[in-house]
Amino acid sequence: MKILVPIKRVPDPQTNIAVKPDGSGIVTDNVKFVINPFCEIALEEALRVKEQQGGAEVVLVSIGPKVTQEQLRTGLAMGADRAMLVVAEEELDPATAATVLKKIVEAESPDLVLAGKQSIDDDANQVGQILASSLDWPQATFASKVEFSADKKEVTVTREVDGGLEQVAFALPGIVTTDLRLNEPRYASLPGIMKARKKELKEVPLADYGVAGAAKVKTHKMAPPPKRSAGRKVETVQELVGLLHTEAKLI
Amino acid sequence: MAKVLIFIEHAHGKLPKTSLVAIAAGLEIAKKQGLDTAAVVLGKGVDAVAAEAAAHGVGKVIAIDDAKLEHCVADLYAKAVAGCAKQLGSTWVVGAATAAGKDFFPRVAQLLDAGMASDITGLNDDGSIVRPTYAGNVMSTVSIETPVKVVTVRGTAFDPAPKAASAAAVEKAALPADATGRMRFVSFNETKSDRPALTDAAIVVSGGRGLKSGENFTTVLEPLVDVLGAAMGASRAAVDAGFVPNDLQVGQTGKVVAPQLYVAVGISGAIQHLAGMKDSKVIVAINKDGDAPIFNVSDYGLVADLFKAVPEMADEVKKIKAH
Ligand SMILES: Cc1cc2nc3c(=O)[nH]c(=O)nc-3n(C[C@H](O)[C@H](O)[C@H](O)COP(=O)(O)OP(=O)(O)OC[C@H]3O[C@@H](n4cnc5c(N)ncnc54)[C@H](O)[C@@H]3O)c2cc1C
Ligand SMILES: Nc1ncnc2c1ncn2[C@@H]1O[C@H](COP(=O)(O)O)[C@@H](O)[C@H]1O
Repeated sequence: MKILVPIKRVPDPQTNIAVKPDGSGIVTDNVKFVINPFCEIALEEALRVKEQQGGAEVVLVSIGPKVTQEQLRTGLAMGADRAMLVVAEEELDPATAATVLKKIVEAESPDLVLAGKQSIDDDANQVGQILASSLDWPQATFASKVEFSADKKEVTVTREVDGGLEQVAFALPGIVTTDLRLNEPRYASLPGIMKARKKELKEVPLADYGVAGAAKVKTHKMAPPPKRSAGRKVETVQELVGLLHTEAKLI
Repeated sequence: MAKVLIFIEHAHGKLPKTSLVAIAAGLEIAKKQGLDTAAVVLGKGVDAVAAEAAAHGVGKVIAIDDAKLEHCVADLYAKAVAGCAKQLGSTWVVGAATAAGKDFFPRVAQLLDAGMASDITGLNDDGSIVRPTYAGNVMSTVSIETPVKVVTVRGTAFDPAPKAASAAAVEKAALPADATGRMRFVSFNETKSDRPALTDAAIVVSGGRGLKSGENFTTVLEPLVDVLGAAMGASRAAVDAGFVPNDLQVGQTGKVVAPQLYVAVGISGAIQHLAGMKDSKVIVAINKDGDAPIFNVSDYGLVADLFKAVPEMADEVKKIKAH
């Protein structure tokens, strides 16, 4: 089985994000970048499938600036077999990223694409679904459990949806996007880091994919959200409930 | 013709608030751009929900009633909605940013060769769109460059569409013959609850890791939830620990709520949590750590041990309600 894992480089979720004064983007000085947490969960799942099934190959792919090498090396150190970086200094819109990924899927013919449900920078929640649709592949988004049939030809996925948990099944190839409860990603081990140095990390320029000027959505301006200021502290429960009753008139 | 097509999600034969919000956003787009609207309802046995959708100001309702549409399976639903949009010549397709909308709307966009903006919160007069990014730390203004534009709407960003003076006509349509899917619905384990849905409720009480166990959610938090007639929510930490079901998670990657009153109990106030509740009208925080970031956004903050404060609060509310 071949599993393709698309990963995105994003600011660490723990860092404070500030918008540049001219609204052209976010301040990136002193911001740590990491593998998008949902992509890390996707990679962990791919590695577990590989460990359980034996013989599987896990291929990482990212579209991003050249420094994304760092995140790909981390992914290789976690246990992925090889990686590919489509070097794009500009941020792509979800449709364009999915177009590039589609071409990679066509070249690699994976059995399964395991992506994150959402990148925590653009919060789009689109790329996996667009990719699936463009290939006319089935999909299971927001996965909290992934189970293969005995012959490994079908997958049953438990999905976190409104109001409960849903299960869907489909024959491979297909796309699964991960939710938070699927697994807890491992850390790269020291031997893993050593091994990763020798693993293939291929770079391809974005120009090879013929997507220049193909953006379907453009970002024009970024601004900080309206600020909510702290109210007051109350001393007792009686005071709190009293204020909710008389001042806020909510009880 | 109907240039703005609005997808209507329904559950248990009713429209949730999120669908009325999608209608409101669709009507606003139509008004700003001088276009007409239609709503599309999919499912098995949809007469009642189609009639409800028709009552809220749309131009007409298209109902596709088919056993194959009993469950919202992404590939089939996307083909049905995209097919409908093509037939009507729609230039905007609007849905709610619910789990279902997030799941299949990007496929609708792909089938229509359209750009899509997710989870939008605002529409500008020049046609550009506002949506939160970076866990709500940034408001991005974007434009969709394609002739057909697809959006999902954040459930807290528009007032739900009220009932209109007269009801629109409901037209029955068939599922396009080429609408076949490769996905199979297996089962749905619904979280049973008599409480209001998180995204519909006027009051939400959420618990965090500070509750320490699922049992404490039941014995300590739920009495307060119920005396307030509230919906119950949770932080990611509480869900990850298995205290409560996953669909209660409020935040960047869970549900976004903006009730009249949000009570955060034993929740520190991480940015990812704030992203899902900071537009609530009044925020109350109960936390034993006076420096917890949740106090930076709360209108009323109580520094206290929740195990003492929450039962007391339930009693106080009961007293007031008894008057
Ligand atoms: C990719 C990603 C996505 C995420 N998405 C979400 C999301 O959608 N929603 C979300 O909520 N989080 C999300 N998170 C997690 C988020 O970063 C925080 O880890 C999480 O919100 C913390 O939950 P908490 O406040 O319950 O726990 P903690 O941060 O551990 O806080 C517990 C609080 O309880 C208080 N407390 C403890 N005992 C008591 C007591 N007896 N009385 C009173 N107070 C007490 C403590 O003082 C503390 O402030 C996400 C994180 C990542 C990386
Ligand atoms: N630039 C990118 N390179 C590789 N994978 C990506 C990229 N953008 C998005 N993805 C994948 O698509 C998922 C969803 O991203 P998004 O639709 O941007 O929220 C991510 O978790 C990744 O798995």
